[in-house]
Amino acid sequence: MKAKFLVPLILFFALAGFLAFGLTLNPREVPSPLIDKPAPAFRLARLDDPASTFALEEMRGQVWLLNVWASWCVACRQEHPLLVRMAGQKLVPVVGLNYKEVRGDGAINARGMALEAETAMAVERARRWLADHGNPYVLSVLDIDGRVGIDFGVYGVPETFLIDAEGRIRYKHIGPITPDSLQQVILPKIEELRRAG
Amino acid sequence: MIPELGHFALVLALVLALVQAVVPMIGANRNRFALMAVGRPAAQGQFFFILVSYVCLTWAFIQSDFSVQLAASNSHSATPLMYKITGVWGNHEGSLLLWAMSLSLWTVAVTVFSRHLPEAFVARVLGVLGWVSAGFLSFLLVTSNPFDRLLPGAGEGRDLNPLLQDPGMIIHPPLLYMGYVGFSVAFAFAIAALLSGRMDAAWARWSRPWTTVAWVFLTVGIAVGSGWAYYELGWGGWWFWDPVENASFMPWLLGTALMHSLAVTEKRGAFRSWTVLLAISAFSMSLLGTFIVRSGVITSVHAFATDPKRGLFILALLVIVIGVSLLLYAWRAPRLGGGGSFSFVSRETALLGNNVLLSVASASVLLGTMYPLFLDALGMGKISVGPPYFEAVFIPLMTPVVVLMMFGPFLRWKDDDLLAAVRKVVPAFIASVAIGVGTAFALDHVTWRTVLGLALAAWVVLASIQLLAGRFTERAGAAMGARLRSITAAWWGMWLAHLGVGVFIIGVTLVGSLNANLDVKMQDGQRAELAGYTFTFRGVQDANGPNYDAARATIDVSRGERTIATLKPEKRLYLAQGMPMTEAAIDIGPFRDVYVSLGEQVSDGTWIVSIYYKPFISWVWLGCLLMALGGVFAVADRRYRRLAAREAAVATNQRLA
Repeated sequence: MKAKFLVPLILFFALAGFLAFGLTLNPREVPSPLIDKPAPAFRLARLDDPASTFALEEMRGQVWLLNVWASWCVACRQEHPLLVRMAGQKLVPVVGLNYKEVRGDGAINARGMALEAETAMAVERARRWLADHGNPYVLSVLDIDGRVGIDFGVYGVPETFLIDAEGRIRYKHIGPITPDSLQQVILPKIEELRRAG
Repeated sequence: MIPELGHFALVLALVLALVQAVVPMIGANRNRFALMAVGRPAAQGQFFFILVSYVCLTWAFIQSDFSVQLAASNSHSATPLMYKITGVWGNHEGSLLLWAMSLSLWTVAVTVFSRHLPEAFVARVLGVLGWVSAGFLSFLLVTSNPFDRLLPGAGEGRDLNPLLQDPGMIIHPPLLYMGYVGFSVAFAFAIAALLSGRMDAAWARWSRPWTTVAWVFLTVGIAVGSGWAYYELGWGGWWFWDPVENASFMPWLLGTALMHSLAVTEKRGAFRSWTVLLAISAFSMSLLGTFIVRSGVITSVHAFATDPKRGLFILALLVIVIGVSLLLYAWRAPRLGGGGSFSFVSRETALLGNNVLLSVASASVLLGTMYPLFLDALGMGKISVGPPYFEAVFIPLMTPVVVLMMFGPFLRWKDDDLLAAVRKVVPAFIASVAIGVGTAFALDHVTWRTVLGLALAAWVVLASIQLLAGRFTERAGAAMGARLRSITAAWWGMWLAHLGVGVFIIGVTLVGSLNANLDVKMQDGQRAELAGYTFTFRGVQDANGPNYDAARATIDVSRGERTIATLKPEKRLYLAQGMPMTEAAIDIGPFRDVYVSLGEQVSDGTWIVSIYYKPFISWVWLGCLLMALGGVFAVADRRYRRLAAREAAVATNQRLA
C-alpha cells in the first residue's frame, strides 16, 4: 500500500470529523435578537373573557412561558399532551398566545371578514379545541391579526418563549416541545432563573 | 391500510437489497454462476417493491389521507392534483424514497443493459449497488419512515411549500436525482473493477455511457432548477451558490472530469487509478450532497426539517460507503499500473490539465460550502460564504479550463508538436481577444469580466468552427455526404457540448454585464421606462386559485409605438401556510427577457413593481441544453452498440463453456 493512495482516505476522514462535529451544532439555533431583551409589550383580549384584556406586565415577578398555538396547527397537537401534563404538575405557568386562529387557517377564507365576526369565530374555535384537548394555560390571549406574533419574531407555530421575572425573554424554543427539550433545556433554565431571582 | 402496504413493501425491498448485496458477491468470489444469477431478479424485485411503496405514498397524497403524517404536513385537500403528486417528494422522507427509487431504477437498467458483460463483473456491480441501496432503505425505515401515521388524523393538511408548487419543480427533483444517483453506476463499476483487479480499456468503455447518461440528467436537472429559481424566487437571479445548489454542482464538476478521464483510460489506457478515484469521488459528492441537504448541517434557503438522529445515521452511511471505497482504493489502486505513456504535449496532457482544474474547482466549492462549518467547529465564529468567494475562485479556475477545452481537440494523442499545434490556433486566439475587447467597447461596457467572458465565448465559437472545418477538409476528395457520415456521433457530441459551454458563457457574461432593473411605485395608467421598453400599469384584479388568493396586475410592455407583450405578474397568498409568494411574469425572447414581479401594495391601487431587463439570459440554459444534447450524441455512438454485440457473443460463449 503506497502512502499517496491513502491521501484521499485521510482527507475524507478529516472532512467526516468536521461533519460529525457539525451535527452537534444546531443551525436552527438562529440567535434570536430578542434573547435577554425585554419582551415586546402587548395587551390582548383574553380567550376566556374577550371583553377583558391581559398585558405582559401582569406576569411580572414570575418566571413563565409564552406558548404560541392555534387550533389549525398540526404540530401543536403533538406538544399539547406534554403541556397538559406540565400544567398538572404545576411546573411553570404557561400563557397561551393564540396566533391567527382564523386567518392562519387555510381552510377558511378570512379575507373581507369583519373583525368582530373573526374574533367571535376565533373564540369559538379556540375554546372548543381546548375543551377537546385539555387546557394547560393559566390563560390564553387572542392575537387575531398576528401583530404580537410579529413583534416576537414568530415564524412558525408552535414556538415557546421563556420570560423571566423582569419581563425579559431568556430563551426561545422553536417547534413542538419534546420531553427531552423540556427536561434538558427548558426546566434547567427555569430553575436557574428562579434561583437567580 | 394502503400506507401499511407501502411500509411493508419497503421492508421487502430492503430484504431484497440485502440479498442482492450478499449473494452475487459470494457467487463472484467463488465463481458460482447460480449465485451470481440471483443479482438480476433481486434487483428487479427490489425495484418492484419500492415502486409499490412509492405508489402507496402517492395514493395517500392524492386521497388527502391526513392520517398519514407526511401527507398532513405536505398536502392539502385543495392542492391541485399535480402538486399532490409532486408533494410526495417535496419533503425529507418522500425525497429519500425518490432517491432510493432512482437508485433502484438505475440498478434495473444495469441488469437489462449488461448482457454483454462478464457475469462475475455484473454480479459485483449489482452487489455494490445492493449495499448502497440497503443503506438508504434502512435509513428510510429506521429514521424517516414516510408512512408514519398521525393519530388522530388531521382534519386538513398543511399544504406543500408554495415555492415548490410550480411546474419546474415537477421535473427538477427527478432529473437531479437520476443524475446524481446515476453516478452510483460508475462508482459500482469502479469498485467492482477494484475488487476483481481487472481494470482495462474494456472497463472504461463499459463505464462511459453510464457516466454520460447520468451526467446528462444532472446537467438538465441543474438547468431546470436554476430556471425555477430564476422565475420563482422573483428577483431574476439564476444561481445563488446556495449549499443545496452546490451539492448538485460538485458531483457535476467531478462527473465532467470523470467523463473525460474515462475517455483517456479507454483510448490510451492511462490515468487508471485517477479515473477510479474520480468515479469514487463523483458518487461520494452525491452522497455528501445528500448529507448536506438532509442533515441540516448547513443551513440554506432550501432547508428542510432537521433532525440530528437522521444526520448521524446518514453520516455513518457516508463514512461506511466512502471510507470503505477509499480504503479499497488505497489497497488495490497501486496494483493497477500505468497505461500508455504520453509526452508533455499531447491530448492526454490537455485532458489531465482540465481534469485537475475541474477537481480543484469542485474542491473549492466544497471548501466554500463547508467553510462556515469548519470555522464554527474550530470556535472561530459564525460566518457565511457568499457569491463573491465563489466568483473569485471560479473565474481564474474556469478560464484555463475553457482555453484548454478548445485547444485539446487540436492536439494528437500521445505526442504532438507544440509549435505546429499552437500555430493552428493562434489566428482564432487573437481574433477572440480582439472580438472580446471590440464587443465590450461596442456595448460600452468595458470591464475585465466582460472582456474576458466575451473573449472566451468567441474562442469557443471560433475554435469550434475551425475544428468542424478541419474535420471536413480531412477527406477533401470525398463527397459531402460521405464526409458528414465519416464524423462519428461521439465527435458531434464533444463538439456540441463544448459549443454549449461557449453559449453558456455568452449568456452569463451578457446578463451579468448588461442587466438592468428598476423598482417603481405604480398605479393605474402610470408608465415606467427601462432599457428602451415602456411599461404601462393597467391595475390589479383578484385572481384566486384553488389553494391561494392572488392579486394579478396587468402591465403592457411596449417598445416605441409597438406593444410587444402584456405581462400579468401575481402576488399570491397560499392559504394553508399563510405564505405570500410572487409569481413573476416574463416575456421570453431569444436575445433578452423582460421580467416583471409584483411587490407590496403601498396604498390603495399603488403597488411596488420590480422590472428587470435580462439580456441573453436564455443562453445560459440553452448552453446547458447543448451540453446535455452533446452527451446524448456521445451515448448514441454506434461504436458502443457494435462493441456490445461483440462482447455479448463472448459473454455467452463464456457462460456456455
